[in-house]
Parts: sequence; structure tokens; C-alpha cells
Amino acid sequence: MPLIIGVPRETFSGETRVATVPEVVQKLRKQGYQVVVETGAGALAHIGDDEYREAGAEVLATAAEVWTKADIVFKLRAPNADEVKLLKDGGTLVSYIWPAQNPQLMEQLAAKKVTVLAMDSVPRISRAQKMDALSSQANIAGYRAVIEAANAFGRFFTGQITAAGKVPPAKVFVIGAGVAGLAAIGTAANLGAIVRANDTRQEVADQIVSMGGEFVAVNYEEDGAGTGGYAKVMSEGFQQAQREVFAQQAKEVDIIITTALIPGKPAPKLITAEMVKSMKAGSVIVDLAAEQGGNCELTVPGEVAVRHGVTIVGYKDLPCRLAKTASTLYATNLFRLSEDLIKTRSVDPAAETGAAAIQMNMEDAVVRGTTVINQGAITWPPPPPQLSAAPAAAPKAAVPVPAAHGHGPSTKVSSPTRAAFMFVAAALLFALIGYGAPTDFLGHFTVFVLGCFIGYMVVWNVTPALHTPLMSVTNAISSIIIIGALVQVAPPLDAAVTRPEMLIKGMAVVAIALTAINMFGGFAVTRRMLGMFRKD
Amino acid sequence: MSANLATVSYIGATILFILSLGGLSHPETSRRGNLYGMIGMAIAVIATFLGPRVTSGGYAWIVIALLVGASVGLYAAKKVKMTEMPELVAMMHSFVGLAAALVGFASYVDPSVQLDGASKTIHEIEVYVGILIGAVTFSGSLIAFGKLNGKISGKPVMLPGRHWLNLALLVIVIVFGYGFIQAENTNAGMIPLIVMTVVALAFGVHMVMAIGGADMPVVVSMLNSYSGWAASATGFMLNNDLLIVTGALVGSSGAILSYIMCRAMNRQFLSVIAGGFGAAPVKAAAGDAAQPEGEVTPISAAETAELLREAKSVVIVPGYGMAVAQAQHTVNDIASRLRAKGCNVRFAIHPVAGRMPGHMNVLLAEAKVPYDIVLEMDEINEDFPETDVVMVIGANDIVNPAAEDDPGSPIAGMPVLQVWKAHTSIVMKRSMASGYAGVDNPLFYKDNNRMLFGDAKKMLDEVLAALEI
Repeated sequence: MPLIIGVPRETFSGETRVATVPEVVQKLRKQGYQVVVETGAGALAHIGDDEYREAGAEVLATAAEVWTKADIVFKLRAPNADEVKLLKDGGTLVSYIWPAQNPQLMEQLAAKKVTVLAMDSVPRISRAQKMDALSSQANIAGYRAVIEAANAFGRFFTGQITAAGKVPPAKVFVIGAGVAGLAAIGTAANLGAIVRANDTRQEVADQIVSMGGEFVAVNYEEDGAGTGGYAKVMSEGFQQAQREVFAQQAKEVDIIITTALIPGKPAPKLITAEMVKSMKAGSVIVDLAAEQGGNCELTVPGEVAVRHGVTIVGYKDLPCRLAKTASTLYATNLFRLSEDLIKTRSVDPAAETGAAAIQMNMEDAVVRGTTVINQGAITWPPPPPQLSAAPAAAPKAAVPVPAAHGHGPSTKVSSPTRAAFMFVAAALLFALIGYGAPTDFLGHFTVFVLGCFIGYMVVWNVTPALHTPLMSVTNAISSIIIIGALVQVAPPLDAAVTRPEMLIKGMAVVAIALTAINMFGGFAVTRRMLGMFRKD
Repeated sequence: MSANLATVSYIGATILFILSLGGLSHPETSRRGNLYGMIGMAIAVIATFLGPRVTSGGYAWIVIALLVGASVGLYAAKKVKMTEMPELVAMMHSFVGLAAALVGFASYVDPSVQLDGASKTIHEIEVYVGILIGAVTFSGSLIAFGKLNGKISGKPVMLPGRHWLNLALLVIVIVFGYGFIQAENTNAGMIPLIVMTVVALAFGVHMVMAIGGADMPVVVSMLNSYSGWAASATGFMLNNDLLIVTGALVGSSGAILSYIMCRAMNRQFLSVIAGGFGAAPVKAAAGDAAQPEGEVTPISAAETAELLREAKSVVIVPGYGMAVAQAQHTVNDIASRLRAKGCNVRFAIHPVAGRMPGHMNVLLAEAKVPYDIVLEMDEINEDFPETDVVMVIGANDIVNPAAEDDPGSPIAGMPVLQVWKAHTSIVMKRSMASGYAGVDNPLFYKDNNRMLFGDAKKMLDEVLAALEI
């Protein structure tokens, strides 16, 4: 008998999502699983039992049946104490766990000798992006945050000039440009608002601009990129500079959306009561960090509060307010994870002997990171991922490395010391020439140096496309050396002087012939080449 | 013609030469620039011919020599294939070098100029240096010609202790130079002069033999520079300002080109001259470079045509592989066909694509690609994110993202064409072999990259045929 995936109804109050949807049920069945769903599991996401049945799932009447029948349980919220009891010994659970915040839950689960895959612990590497539920849900939260803001905001987002008068566009300030922040920037920009955004991580500035936002920089030298693509806690000096920027923005903008989270820590308080007071009446703050205490001092987690005329939305369940999309994306994340488990031979859905078919492949970085309890043994936290999404570190390392190859620093054209050295060397050289050389030579030397400079100026203006013609024409011109040979063939001689006539004449004539090849050949081939360059 | 008139003519010629180089700043004005060069040269030659330093006894000799040289030169210019331009240029450099050496010898044995004191010493130094540069240019260019031609292997030839060898040669040159200046008469001076010439020839051979095939653009421009300095040295020798200025123009032009090439390859000039790119130290570093992960996705000619047909903007990145396969005409046919459909087709040229600076532009011009759609690296790099399809034809290192992403890569820091930023890139290649730098190319493993394996000409013909259906 194949492995059975069970999807119970979410029991957490206010949770509207469900861990699988009919389209995904079909795909899971193709992988070789059987799927059982508790009746009414998808009701709040507007998915009926019949739809699950049509997709090939078996609908069971009670949660207990699902929990006991399933080899693998797919869930959203971390299980409560009752659900943990229902979980069968040696079974497998896939859901959010938040192991850092829930040590008790971890112990309870470990005691049941189960295997637990935590969707919040999927490593942040590019290969695992498709199963990163935090990202997929944050995207929804960012979108919904703008919708909530628009709902509470008494004006258009887009600027319009109508017959009835001019409407200015709304100004939106987004703090934190993670997945949620970027989604909020994109959504607000699409609605026509002027969007500004700030993030402590310098590298996201480009992403902000690409989503249609404008990057508001904090003038303080510190990069906030921590490990795994998340932000870190910033220094006091930086925070001070940052507060000034935020205070300035608070006075100017109509809507603030905050998404600043630091993993495993309470959300930083970025918007003070003072700033809220300074905002225009009717402004809106949407605090996406409400679940971790909120980025705004006046946020009431889970509720909408009006303070100083500013509506502060502190909903903790923004993804639940888009239950269908959120469920579909979460279910797809789970499906991708299941695909990965099969590929890494962690799970064999068609195996006959239930529990033995599930053997997490702890060599694989994604499986290793996601598995927080392996057959009763707590395996969290995992070793740090090898490929961290922190590109900021790489360019810094790049600078000294070329030097190590013995090529020297290639970009630094002239450091001050080097320039000074060159200057002194040139001065010495000129002094030496001026000291030793006769006047006659100095005249020629002047001409030579000026000639070099003219050449330098002129040649930098040559377009790179014509570098080959440049070479052939300079080649032709360098056959000016012919003059040297010409004057040697038959110069006017004093009667007294005898010279080895044939030797000199012979060498001169050969030199003339050679340079003539160059002269005529060089100009002719340049002409031929230039003739090919045509415009459309 | 009086001496003064000749001097004035020389000034005119100098100005025309400067204008000639100035004209090359744009293809529109370049043809006139070339004409200026010809006029300047004609003025200089005629003024000298009719001037006081040439008596009637030499006219016949000069005319015959000019006619022989002109016919050979014009014939070569007419027959040369554009892919062979680097060879022709190298060959011509060697002529300049040889001519400079000959003029130097002739000047030395010529008793018609009598100097004494410091002027004599200076003149002898000028002769010595002039012959030295001329001889190095001559033998170096001959070897470069052989390497470009394939007659001599492109692999760097590394003699043991080659830096010491070069140093020893330099010491010999200086020691004999001292002997040369101290020589009592012409005959006594001849021995050190000949020894130095032989040493200089050996040095030229040794220097170019040690340089790898990929560094040829630098070598060709460097020899270009040398031929200019040789002319300048001859000018000093003969007290002729026209030669000095012209030589300086050519010399600085070649030096700038060498600099541009070195920068485009992210290399120091000295390390190129010291030779041996792809030698031991670089190979060792290659081990540290991150191995690209992912899979190579092949594509067929028909699918390529399909992609091109759908694309609104296409960038073609040609490399020397295109020239080798003689595919530039097919490329132009594909480009004009796409342009006829309203697709924005452009060409992106990396500074070191080809065997000499600007070589690729000439090859495309020969294939009748309009020059206004042929863009330089700096002009087009920003446009890649908005480009639908990039076709890389016979190029490798110049599109390697490792140069930017991977500090451990041997080509780290080299400016490259950012083709991976386009929606799709198609690399045409014979096989998965690496380029000159011997570095694996992570571009091939990117999700948005496709590989079209096979001979460039054959594959492009198939693509063209598929486009015409």
C-alpha cells in the first residue's frame, strides 16, 4: 500500500488556509501517494470537499481519522498539544514549527519519535526557493498590506486630473525590502502611488528600483546584510541616522508599510509615537511585523487602531485574508518539497512498508536544513548553509585576489605616491638630458615630446571600431622613414669625402623599396577597409 | 627646391598626418583622414626628392625602388583577406623595422656627416638605439607574423631562466654600446654594432616566442608602437623633425592600443611582455575557482530560429571563432532578415575579440554589417537586461560571468559582456572546451542559457534556412 498523506483542518483560531488544494492533490497522486483530507478542511478557503474528492482525495469525517491514517501529515500552523497526541508514533509531520520559539513543542514531538520537517526552516538557497513557504506567504502579505492600506486610506492611490479637479497621488513609504516589502512596493506602484523604500541592506537598492520604487538611503556607512539573506541588528549610530530619515518621511508620506523583521528577535521599533503624531490626519500605517510585536510603537497586534488620526493596521494574519491564493502557493511549496524528498531518496511513496519508506537523506543541504526532528532526534539548528545568499561579501574579497596572481592591482591607475614617484623620475630624467645634451638635440627632443603628446590626444579620440584601420594607417605613415633612405642614395658630397658608395646606396635602395611596400600597401589597404564601413 | 622650402613642406606633411589620425575618430570622416595621410606622405616624399639632399645621380635608383615597392604593396593590399589583416600588419611592421636598421647602418658608414665632441657621441647613441629598435621590431614582427599565420605554434615557448636571458642580452647590448662609442673609427665600431644587431634580433625572436596566442592583439599593437619609435630614432639620427614627430605619433598610437588591449584583458603590460598566459601560476589558481553547478541545455538550429523569430531585440556577440568559420556573411544575412521583420538587431564587440584591435569591426564591415549597429562593450552592456536573445558566436572568455562573480577565477576583474542578463542567451560552440584562459564558463550552466553545438558556419546556415521557411 502506498504512503498516505493526511491533511487535517487547521484548528488555529482565525486560520483560513489549508495545506493542500485539489490541483496539488492530483500531482501528489501522480507521485504515488494516497491523499486523505479532513472534511471541511478547505471550507474557509472556499474549497469544498467534493473538489478534493474529484481530484482523487479521500475525505474523512474527523481529524483523528486523518491523523491516525496518515504516514505524512501536511499542515500549516504548528500542531497544538492535542494534535501532537493524535500524531502516530514514528510518523512524519510537515508544517510550520518555529523551533526557536517553541522548545516545548519540539520536546513533545521528539518524545513521539516522529520526523518533523519545518517549513520555516527551509534553507535560503536558490535551489530551495520553490519550496520556501515563508517567501510565498510574505509575498501575499505584502500585496495584502497595500490592499488594507488602500481600504483604510480615504484617497486615490494614483494621481488624476479630472473635470472635478486634481487628485494628487498617494505617497507610500515601505520599510524593509524583503519579499513582503518588494511585493508591497510593486503593488503600490502598480496602483499609481509614488513609492519610496528603505532597507538596511545596500544590495536591495536595485531591486527596489526594479519594482518601481525609489530607494531612500540612510547616510551612514554600514551594511545590514546578515546571513541567509536576512537583515541583522544595526549599530546605535546607524539607528539614529535611520530614525531621522524615517521621521522626515513620516511627515511627507501618506502611507507607511513596515516589514522589518530580524530572525528570532522581536521586531525593531522603527516608527515612534512622535512620528505617528507628525503624520497627516487620515494617513495609514500597515505593520507587517505585528506578529513579532510590531515596527510601530502604537501598533496593537491583531487589530486596527486609530491613534492621532492615523489608522494603524496591525493584522497578524494578512495571508489568511487571501486564503485561496495563500493555500495554493503553500500547497505548491509542499509539493515541491515532496518532489525534492523523492529525488534525494528520502521518501519512497510507493513503498510497501510505511515508516521504513521514509528515511531523511541528511546529506542533502535542503533536506538537512528542513528536518528539525529526525525519528525523535532533534536536529535543529542545522549547520550553516554553505551557499549563503550574501553576495555583498564577494565583491569585497575580489579586490585583493587579482593581486595574488601577480598581476598587481589592475584598476588603480595612479595612487598619490605612485604619481609623485613618476613625477620625480620624469624631473630627474629631464634634468639629466638638459645637463648632458647639446642644444641641437634639445630642439629635437622638444619636438619629440610634443609629438608624443599630440599622438596621445589624437589617438584617444579614435573610435574603437576603427582600431584596425588605425594600425594600418599608422603603419603606412611610419614608412616616413623612407626620407632617411632617400637622403642617403645620392647626397651632395664634398669632393674631399669618399664614401663606400655601393654599400650605402644598396642599403638605401632596399630600405626605399621596403618602405614603399609599406606606404602604398598600408594606405591602399586602409582605403579598402574604410570603404567597407557603411551606414545603414 | 631649397632647404627651407623642404622644411616647410615637412611641416605641412606633419599637420596632414595628425589630421589623418584625427579623422579616424568617426567612420564618416575616416576616409578623408586616409586621404590626408596619402597627401602628407606624397608631399614629404616629393619635397625630399626635389630637395637639396638628393642629387640627380640618385633619381633613377629611387624611382625604380619606389616602383618595385609600390607594386608589391598595392598587390598585397588588394589580395589580402580581411581575416589575414593581422598578418599583413605584422609583416609591414617588420619592413619598417628592417628599413630603420638599414638606414641606421648606412648613416653610420656614411662619412658625409662629420661631427665631433658631444654631438658625435649623441649621434652615435642615436644610431645605436635606432638600429637596436629597428632590429627588435624586425625580428619580433616576423615571429608575430609566423604565429598569426599558424606557421609557428601559438603556444608560448618558455626557455628556462628566460628573464635572466633577457637581462643578459641587455647587459651585452649596453657593454657593446660603450665599446661602440669609444671606437676610434668606423671599422672599429662596426664589430660592436653588428654584435648588438644580432643580439637585438635574438631578443625580438625570444620576446615574441614567449607570448601566447591569446595575447596577440597586445603584441601586434606593441610592435606597431615599436615601429613608430624606430622612425623617431631615425629622425634623431638624421636631425629630421618630420620623422621624429611622425614616429612619436605612431609610437604613442601603438602604446595606447596596447594599453587598451591590456585593460580589456585585465592584464598588466609587463606580465604580457614577460610572456606565458595560461602558464603554471594561472592554472594553479583555476583550482580555487568555484566549479559551476547546474546543467547544460542544448538547443537545435530550428529552435534557435524559433527563438530569434519571437524576439524583439537581439544582440549578436561575435568572437574569433566566427571569423575562423568564415561565418560573418551568414551572420549578416540572419541579421538583415531579422531587421527586415522589425527586430532590433545589434552587434556587441569586446575590445579583444579577434586577433588585433578592432579586427572584428573590420570583419563585420566586410560582411556589409552597417557600422551603426555594431556597438562597443561599454555602449551595450547596459542594454542586455532588455534584450530577448543574445547569440554568442565563437566567443568564450569575453562572456564569462566568473570574471565578475568569482574572485577566485583567473580572469576575475576582466571586463566582460554581460550576456547572462538577457532573457535568453545562445552560445554557439564546437564543444564544451574552455577558452584561451583555460577557465570553465558558468554561463553555459545558467538556466537562461542554451548551447548550440557544432561548426558556426554550418549551424548558422541551418538557422538561416529555418528562418526563411
